[in-house]
Amino acid sequence: MIVQSNMHAPGWEGFPHGADVGIRGWGPTLEQAFEQAALALTGVLTDADVETRNSVEVECDAPNVEVLFVEWLNAIIYEMAVRNMIFGAFKVTIEDLHLRGTIWGEPVDQKKHAPACEPKGATYTALRVAQGEDGTFLAECVIDV
Amino acid sequence: MDPSRFTRIDPMAWQIEPTGAMRVPGVIYADEGLIRDMDEKVYEQTVNVATLPGIIKAVYVMPDAHWGYGFPIGGVAAFDADEGGVISAGGVGFDVSCGVRTMLTSLSVSDIKPLQKDLADSLYQQIPAGLGSRGSIILDPLEMDSMLTGGARWAIERGWGETRDLDRIEEQGKMAGADPSCVSDRAKERQRREMGTLGSGNHYLEVQAVSEIFDQEAADAYALKPNDVVVTIHCGSRGLGHQIGTEFLREMLPAAAAAGITLPDRELACAPIKSEIGQRYLGAMRAAVNCALANREIIGHYARQVFGHLFPKAELTLLFDVSHNTCKVETHQTDGASKPMYVHRKGATRAFGPDHPDLPTDLRKIGQPVIIGGSMGTSSYVLAGAASSEELSFASACHGAGRAMSRHAAQRAWRGRQIIDDLEEKGILIRSPSVRGVAEEAPGAYKDVGAVVMAAEEAGLARRVARLRPLVCVKG
Repeated sequence: MIVQSNMHAPGWEGFPHGADVGIRGWGPTLEQAFEQAALALTGVLTDADVETRNSVEVECDAPNVEVLFVEWLNAIIYEMAVRNMIFGAFKVTIEDLHLRGTIWGEPVDQKKHAPACEPKGATYTALRVAQGEDGTFLAECVIDV
Repeated sequence: MDPSRFTRIDPMAWQIEPTGAMRVPGVIYADEGLIRDMDEKVYEQTVNVATLPGIIKAVYVMPDAHWGYGFPIGGVAAFDADEGGVISAGGVGFDVSCGVRTMLTSLSVSDIKPLQKDLADSLYQQIPAGLGSRGSIILDPLEMDSMLTGGARWAIERGWGETRDLDRIEEQGKMAGADPSCVSDRAKERQRREMGTLGSGNHYLEVQAVSEIFDQEAADAYALKPNDVVVTIHCGSRGLGHQIGTEFLREMLPAAAAAGITLPDRELACAPIKSEIGQRYLGAMRAAVNCALANREIIGHYARQVFGHLFPKAELTLLFDVSHNTCKVETHQTDGASKPMYVHRKGATRAFGPDHPDLPTDLRKIGQPVIIGGSMGTSSYVLAGAASSEELSFASACHGAGRAMSRHAAQRAWRGRQIIDDLEEKGILIRSPSVRGVAEEAPGAYKDVGAVVMAAEEAGLARRVARLRPLVCVKG
């Protein structure tokens, strides 16, 4: 689990869910928590390094920050599906519940990435976006795979 | 779950009495062992579904139930459109019309044994599986819309399938009421290159052998004999269904609030059937059903090609194709009267009993084949819908083994390579792009499918016809 003294440093992890997988990112800003959670999404799929040679721009809106987090993950999942890519680096800016992201990655290579599963969508299950007492932002939810 | 939380209305039926906002009771069909092992979340989610407007009679939960999204996986709920009933994107799920088909091959185990490895390799090569795999079919916008309205019929018209298959597919291969204009461009874009692909997660193609017959008369009607080889395909509506689920889940959140529906869980996002968004979701969801039916028909065609190449005398005929994530308008009995209702089945299979008018004439005497997928390395089952399922569960039965362990725990407990080697020693060949994926889908991560189908039989949902053991498994 998350160690308190490390909370200010950005980080990510997966967490168990009945049939699928949970992902969690944290960091000193909301944007970093979102970026870290995206790394956790990639971690669900592959243990291999992902080269960041191509970039894709994504944008999304939502009525609140939790739905925005789900929309962000679903935007990545969509780009993965239609571009047949896997992403390894993420940059996010959020203004007034409008998110702009740049995501970097490479085409999926089944031999190299040996993807363990394919994400269907981010869900509202175990969805939480919050700021802890020490100021660290945390963003988490379950991914249907 | 603690059995004492339920009223045991039958040795195999456990009732949650309506309390609080529940409009109807919840009824879980299982034996005591399955109830004890079942996730607490199943109880909570059953209670939540029972609060939705327009719900009829009860929420029914199948013996393979586990924690789902909004609905428990294994949940069945029917709604009355005239009583403010709802349609729920969460109740259908992200993988619209995910389902299973089993095809007979006219071969026996001794026919395929000498070429079992070639068969495994050819199937793995010919059938795109896993993230990053692409099919050879690319749909332009016109073809996309034809597929979304035509389903398996569309696939057959394009040469990917056989006309005689249609009798053995739910809705005769084509779901009526599909409206491609209700499907977003993003959902269509996600599907453009995914026809004929298996997907990932728990989806698979298996070559199996009939290893046990429980009901000779039904097995004769289904043409299943000991040591016969069959092919079973488990997959759904791929990216199109996932995107429709994602988009409507979000859109139904404010729609539910606007309709004055209090959602105990955001994943239960729903809208009145008689609303603009409710009708739009129905049009899109039915298009996704057609996408799944077409997809399974195409993969079945690929399997025919591989078998035809390796075994020229093989003839692959469809036993049946069932979906287990759907909402369908069906007529069932309630309060002594027949009534059309919107039946959601999330991880549950339609299981029409004998004499149901929607069954093909040659199956009508026996009842609908209900195909229960196990996990790699364990058995799958063919059941026959029981007449009593009509009264018990709006003619529904279980759909699989159901997970017993998270992917995280499975990853820690097993090594994929070891599982592949161990299964090979038992004569089961696994082909997958990911050894980690194999560990996450390890047979031990699932419930005992034998206990699940036994419970379904004893509860009166369906009766066992045959057990199938795996010979080859292609995992996405």
